[in-house]
Amino acid sequence: MSVTDIDSASTDSDVRPVPFRGGGFKTIDRKFVGLGVFIVLFAFWEWGSRSGFISSLVLPAPSEALEAFMDLARSGDLQLHLAASLQRLVLGFTCGTLLGLTVGTLIGLNSLARAGISPLVSAIFPIPKIALLPLFIIWFGIGEGSKVATILFGSFFPTVIATYSGIDGVDRTLIRMGQSFGLSRWHIIRKIVLPATLPSILSGMRISASISIILLVAAEMIGAEYGIGAYVLLAGNLMATDQLIAGVVMLSILGLIVNFLISRAEKYLLSWRS
Amino acid sequence: MQLRIENVSHDYGPLPVLSDINFTIGEGEIVCVIGPSGCGKSTLLRMLGGLEKPTRGQILEVGKPPEGSLNPLTYVFQDFALLPWRSVHGNISLVLEGHGLSKTDIDTRIKDVLERTRLSDFESAIPKQLSGGMKQRVAIARALAVDPAVLLMDEPLSALDSQTRELLMADLIGLWERERFAACYITHNLNEAVRLGHRVVVLSRRPGKVREIVEIDMPLEDRDMTDPRIAKLQQDLWDMMREEALDADRELTT
Ligand SMILES: Nc1ncnc2c1ncn2[C@@H]1O[C@H](COP(=O)(O)OP(=O)(O)O)[C@@H](O)[C@H]1O
Ligand SMILES: [Mg+2]
Repeated sequence: MSVTDIDSASTDSDVRPVPFRGGGFKTIDRKFVGLGVFIVLFAFWEWGSRSGFISSLVLPAPSEALEAFMDLARSGDLQLHLAASLQRLVLGFTCGTLLGLTVGTLIGLNSLARAGISPLVSAIFPIPKIALLPLFIIWFGIGEGSKVATILFGSFFPTVIATYSGIDGVDRTLIRMGQSFGLSRWHIIRKIVLPATLPSILSGMRISASISIILLVAAEMIGAEYGIGAYVLLAGNLMATDQLIAGVVMLSILGLIVNFLISRAEKYLLSWRS
Repeated sequence: MQLRIENVSHDYGPLPVLSDINFTIGEGEIVCVIGPSGCGKSTLLRMLGGLEKPTRGQILEVGKPPEGSLNPLTYVFQDFALLPWRSVHGNISLVLEGHGLSKTDIDTRIKDVLERTRLSDFESAIPKQLSGGMKQRVAIARALAVDPAVLLMDEPLSALDSQTRELLMADLIGLWERERFAACYITHNLNEAVRLGHRVVVLSRRPGKVREIVEIDMPLEDRDMTDPRIAKLQQDLWDMMREEALDADRELTT
């Protein structure tokens, strides 16, 4: 084909640009859309309640729920409920995570521990921990013990599994590199294996944190004077739907805060990931 | 220090991988090992550094390692094996920690080796910021930081594009001119073998046997790509390997 051929082809009427077929599957970051949806939803809800379109017995207006929340805050009970819940959550989650890290590391590094403990973990992990709550109440009493133990148990297993599967997934070439430079076993574990396991540990924490919140509420519903779960249960018994909604929103915010903290930790600790 | 490979054979279960390998890596000498893929080159190199035991035969260190050597047999890996969460400085300090050196000692060593490899400007960069070529330079700097007697390199340039490979080859030659380290350099790239090797060990296809050992007594810095002698050598090596590579290629993996 000569140059003139190309020229004549381009003047031809049968010339089209190549149709674009890419794109469409990439998510574009659209801020404020989510916020907009929230505002529209709440406005509609508020309007529906005020106009009687939504029965206030079934679903109180957001403003009523807010009012219930303010009442709670003014009465001073809010602090008591929050303090009780947070204390259980932090204590149970921290202990469960620390124990889980220890046991998970042991299973990941020691074949005897793996052979001995991991079948046990596999057997207990799938039990919904709520089912163990009555047993824990018998063992640890109806007070704080059983509640903390449930949360501890619930966050322990996901952490164990995340830790040892993270260790299994550590790039073998890095370990081999450590060995080839004559680093000691302890050195390799501390400076190569554990940092490389961190991404897996953090995503395990995300799971165990949300499990912990579920268990927290469940445990508080069974027998507690204070705590968000107790507050929600009481509101339900009294058919006080405004308080109920206020409690549920508090739980949502608690979950969001926990998630936010873990995301921040990931961003800070895992900035080396490409 | 020399490294002597004596009657080394190796099997993976029923699969014979290496058969009766004999050669010596002399002081300050770069020995290139070439052979079709799957013939056991990486296995051989793992045995040279003590990461694996040969089924038969032995690998011997002859003579004393240089004074102050922290790790006489030191690897440079094909995929760099840098810790992604540590900076360039941190990756080098990793292999210096735990040898009882003081912090200032470690820092001087790192500073020195970064200067020698012209990486001083990248001291605080982390691996994800570096190109493949720079990552391998860091890995080479890390290897030199422990004052090795023999560098063990498994296809160190194979993960890089050909321009970067050319640049790094020049860097390696420059470094060797100054440091005169000994090295066992595994490659499947014949051009690398004739440019970097004082001797080239040609292995047959699996089970790998020494087919031939070719001496190249031409100074490294004089070997450039246009040199007809280099081109001739490369052609000879290819003639030797062609059949083997063809057969190895047609083999079914088990
Ligand atoms: N750890 C191992 N266990 C079993 N077989 C292996 C192992 N490592 C390598 N092999 C086999 O040994 C042969 C040689 O492998 P390798 O030394 O990696 O070859 P090369 O580096 O020359 O390509 C291959 O067939 C490979 O499948
Ligand atoms: Mg190989």
